[in-house]
Amino acid sequence: MGDLVFSNLTKAFSWLAFLLLICVLLSLIVASAPALHAFGFHFLLSDSWDPVNGDFGALSAISGTLMTSVIAMFIGVPLSVGIAVFISEISQGKISKTVRTLIDLMAGIPSIIYGMWGLLVLAPFLSNYVQPQISDAVENIPILEDLFGGPPLGIGIFTAGLILAIMIIPYISSTLIDMFRSVPPVLKEAAYGIGATRFEVVRKVIFPYVRKGMIGSLMLGLGRALGETMAVTFVIGNSKQLTSSLFMPGTTISASIANEFNEATGRLYPASLLELGVILFVLSCLILGFARLFLLRINKKSEGAKI
Amino acid sequence: MKRVQIIRKFQNNTFSCLCVLAVLFGISILSSIFYALILKGFPALSWNFFTVDTPPPEYVGGGLRNAIVGSFIITVIAVAVATPVGIFAATYLSEYVRGKKIASTIRFVNDVWLSAPSIIVGLFVYTVFVHPMGNYSAIAGAISLAMIACPIITRSTEDMLNLVPNELREAAIALGLPKWRVIVHIAWKASKQGILTGILLAIARISGETAPLLFTSLNNQFWSTSLVQPIANLPVTIYQFAMSPYGNWQELAWGGALLITVIVLFLNILTRYFTKPRGNRS
Repeated sequence: MGDLVFSNLTKAFSWLAFLLLICVLLSLIVASAPALHAFGFHFLLSDSWDPVNGDFGALSAISGTLMTSVIAMFIGVPLSVGIAVFISEISQGKISKTVRTLIDLMAGIPSIIYGMWGLLVLAPFLSNYVQPQISDAVENIPILEDLFGGPPLGIGIFTAGLILAIMIIPYISSTLIDMFRSVPPVLKEAAYGIGATRFEVVRKVIFPYVRKGMIGSLMLGLGRALGETMAVTFVIGNSKQLTSSLFMPGTTISASIANEFNEATGRLYPASLLELGVILFVLSCLILGFARLFLLRINKKSEGAKI
Repeated sequence: MKRVQIIRKFQNNTFSCLCVLAVLFGISILSSIFYALILKGFPALSWNFFTVDTPPPEYVGGGLRNAIVGSFIITVIAVAVATPVGIFAATYLSEYVRGKKIASTIRFVNDVWLSAPSIIVGLFVYTVFVHPMGNYSAIAGAISLAMIACPIITRSTEDMLNLVPNELREAAIALGLPKWRVIVHIAWKASKQGILTGILLAIARISGETAPLLFTSLNNQFWSTSLVQPIANLPVTIYQFAMSPYGNWQELAWGGALLITVIVLFLNILTRYFTKPRGNRS
């Protein structure tokens, strides 16, 4: 009797994760029905965001989300790989442990702290010392001029991307470190034995061995960057105008929701924000799902190697 | 031949230098954050900070008492809800269906929840809870935080249960204990530390979460401990105060940010201390 109750109780609670996933998706879709009806597929392609006339489109939010995430990956991935290689291959003993602890601390800092620091420390720094120099340097160069032009506001898409890069570094590098350490030492020693340099060992032995896992961990970072809300909301400037310059304010899906949902009145306005939420949820679940699949595979591989 | 070697050496040295630079970048960011937090947050910490409620703009002397207490209340409720759910879910995965396909499916979904956007949780709780009820409430905030805490507890509890040697369970079964008592008295007891670690990690994670609270518990300028009313809480207060143009609000925001960071880092260090004797779990 006790057994039956207990086992069913545990079963019910473990299915909750699954159930909630479906509930969240369904309830958000139902709640965003007015917007789905009114705009249909056009929602994805329109860049108008006009609460007064009730005309909404997701393009600027989606493009902002993608742009900030791409910037975050461009800056964050090389840095994470560098840090991971330093910790697992270059340094040893105490130094390696200390650096690892510091990087883990970075993962623990709440996103609102990153946002505050981004707005009150990083943004003034960028607008004073970095953005004017970059804008000057690329003046009169055709495409770059558009990308890095504009007034040095400090806040904007680039700053948001940079903050995201900083935030995903600890996640990506700590999964990378675990994977680098799963490479059998014999392989590395063999390569060193025939005179390979450290760079060659990393590039030709370690990277190929953990390739799938690396893809997984990068996607995990991307998934985090897509959905990150508070840090971005602080520094993005929340402007629905599509711009070609990375130094201009923009918006992301999550920042739009955070900024506007409480003030959204009427039927279409909140529904449109909820539809943005659906898009974000589906997008990040897909990416996180694929990331986990890649990571699962490498876990199986390393377990197999151990046995 | 010689040239090739020079190039290889050059490549290798450049690569190593870049790696060191990446580490220096990370450390300088971290120090910049701590420096700003201590420099601007420390002056805000006074007796008033903990004993006076949030002030109006441009008002001398004010604190974050209501926000600190509010955060404490919703965190406690969230953990109280998430802990049993998480432990039971993990128990099912580890004790009943370990190694089966269903276990890996549920674990997969759980892992997706681990890093799903927290603002979506806020939207969900708003649509199914706040909207039908008609007002923002502390309990809604606690529910959304519980949804974030639960996967963390599930994950670390399951990892720990899987480490419990089967001999222990077999010995208990041989004595004629029913399965559920084997789980409660043997498996749970043996992985007590791990479960506690999971709970601490979950607290560390949710004590800084802001996005899910924006549409659920909102914020409150005044002292309130009612669970069905909007409640003041640290993260949303920090968000509002830091974004405001008022000097006294910004100072309080830095103070609150320092407080949260210290709490979160302390919890993280505590979990390290707990997991250390069991080997190199990350």
